[in-house]
Amino acid sequence: MKIHEHQAKALLREFAVPVPRGDIATTPAEARAVAARLGGRVVVKAQVHAGGRGKAGGIKLADNPAGAEAAARQILGMRLKTPQTPPEGIEVRSVLVEEASAVERELYLSITLDRARSTHVAMTSQAGGMEIEEVAARTPEKILREWAHPALGLADHQARRLAFGLGLAGAQFKQGVGLIRSLFTLYLAKDCSLAEINPLVLTRDGRVLALDAKLNFDDNALYRHAEIAALRDPHEEDPLDVEASKYSLNYIKLDGNVGCMVNGAGLAMATMDIIKLAGGEPANFLDVGGGASPAQIENAFRILSSDPSVKAVFINVFGGILRVDRLAEGLIVAVKELGLRLPVVVRMEGTNVELGKKMLAESGLRFVTADDMGDGARKAVALAKGSR
Amino acid sequence: MSILVDKTTRVVVQGITGREGAFHAARCKEYGTIVVGGVTPGKGGTTHEGFPVWNTVAEAVLNERANCALIFVPPPAAADAIMEAAAAGVPLIVCITEGIPVADMVRAKHFLAETTSRLIGPNCPGIITPDQAKIGIMPGHIHKRGPVGVVSRSGTLTYEVVGQLTARGIGQSTCVGIGGDPVNGTSFVDVLRLFNDDPETRAIMMIGEIGGTAEEEGAAFIQAHVTKPVVAFICGQTAPPGRRMGHAGAIIAGGRGTAAEKMKALATAGATLVQSPADMGATVATVLGA
Repeated sequence: MKIHEHQAKALLREFAVPVPRGDIATTPAEARAVAARLGGRVVVKAQVHAGGRGKAGGIKLADNPAGAEAAARQILGMRLKTPQTPPEGIEVRSVLVEEASAVERELYLSITLDRARSTHVAMTSQAGGMEIEEVAARTPEKILREWAHPALGLADHQARRLAFGLGLAGAQFKQGVGLIRSLFTLYLAKDCSLAEINPLVLTRDGRVLALDAKLNFDDNALYRHAEIAALRDPHEEDPLDVEASKYSLNYIKLDGNVGCMVNGAGLAMATMDIIKLAGGEPANFLDVGGGASPAQIENAFRILSSDPSVKAVFINVFGGILRVDRLAEGLIVAVKELGLRLPVVVRMEGTNVELGKKMLAESGLRFVTADDMGDGARKAVALAKGSR
Repeated sequence: MSILVDKTTRVVVQGITGREGAFHAARCKEYGTIVVGGVTPGKGGTTHEGFPVWNTVAEAVLNERANCALIFVPPPAAADAIMEAAAAGVPLIVCITEGIPVADMVRAKHFLAETTSRLIGPNCPGIITPDQAKIGIMPGHIHKRGPVGVVSRSGTLTYEVVGQLTARGIGQSTCVGIGGDPVNGTSFVDVLRLFNDDPETRAIMMIGEIGGTAEEEGAAFIQAHVTKPVVAFICGQTAPPGRRMGHAGAIIAGGRGTAAEKMKALATAGATLVQSPADMGATVATVLGA
């Protein structure tokens, strides 16, 4: 799960990681009031779940409260388009108004999971503020890594090595070590999947500050962090994704026109792949899970068919735990309720497959049946093209 | 021969009084697996649908010489269930549970490293040696005994390849689902090594996914050590970057972990790559000369 920058900064403050003073505003007047309270130059930053905001016009400097109000008027309500947003952009609904910092140097700090080593890794670089993935690819020696002990965490000497590696000295070194330790404590305490400070800055008045903050969380651990789950902003997600998550369906909208409904993540990805090989484009990823109930199948079908770009549906199920007759039951109910607006290709295999096929055949509904994955994909792609 | 499990394997089911645990314990037993009973803390001394229930894994080991634990414990307690089985000296632990917090698995994996136990999973369908032992949630009837070792990060996609193989009359030595989570117990390398050393296995079918570098590590091992033909399929060729595709592990991050990279590494290592998931069985048939 992702959260907004201002929410991340509130968490950082709670864990004693220094951040610039600031507050959230949802109207230009509020932005002006925040700027007046802060005094001096401020930065007005669009709050959306995507990076690359600065280049897209989502971050503006203002010299005074009136300037902050004007900047907020420009940013609020705009559809921010960055390389990390959907093509149509994301509507900006709030801005963070912060004191402008006089930056001496821009650094990088992050903590995430290293899958290959099965433990958490803290990374720092003196090359902060720019595209860090590019730095990692071109000059990997410029990124320092310290792997936390799986049970004991990040040791003080590791935090010191990282801080020395950032070129910190004196009072700033002490601040830096404290900041790294605090961020690691936060990362573990809140089950983060990523804690990234880019840039981490040294200010001209000698402070070490988290100028930006990105915190992502392990969805599987949200059950033990109600306060984090409450930070979820459904406006930042595709409405169909949000609807699907209500029914524990795993749905991701894509750009094509062949809707797919599959059980199991691997088979769902393979189904997208085979649609592409058949010359089509998948409209979505949809995994109904291993133990889907007829009601879940019904909801899945409803969500799938409510996407206007879907021209044909390909249902590909290999029943293991999910019995094929239960799939058929849910599908028949859904189609009877919603009507068969679209061609539906069904490929079923596995437990109780004969019963499932019989149910579909006797339902009186005109499903297109397929013998195997390849056959199903070809039929669905042809039907999607034909109905255009 | 086969790997890891056979008809002598004695299984204790952790979380046997739950809906999933009870259902699958019965299915495994029907298949012919020796299921000695289950564990649910606080329900020791009772029986559940015909299975004796203990309070601890250690009791099941002591009383019934259980040497394999099959875990259906819900996510909040699953990592602890894994550690309990390891602490009780169970050599093989199969964890089906999906949705365990990553931080819990980091600690559990560290705990396991100090024991001699092997963990398969979590978030996996389990392991099956056809006609001998089914320890997991896969549909048993689609399997057939034979020469192909199957190792996969995915559940239903494994059923798909097994279905394709069996339909062609090609059986499997053992099928291992290593699971779709970013931190898991057994890697591709571990299973490739076992299959390479198993006399019954004549070819290996490997199914990978986008995300992480486990397939690349598998490729390096194949190049250096594997003498048997390997057929590989990587799903997620069309997945967009930065989105989690159902499995917590299946995500392309920063241009790394793509299907293209993994396929290239495996092809370079000498594996036969399958482009379409519909052709997995046919490709295995070709390399077997069947």
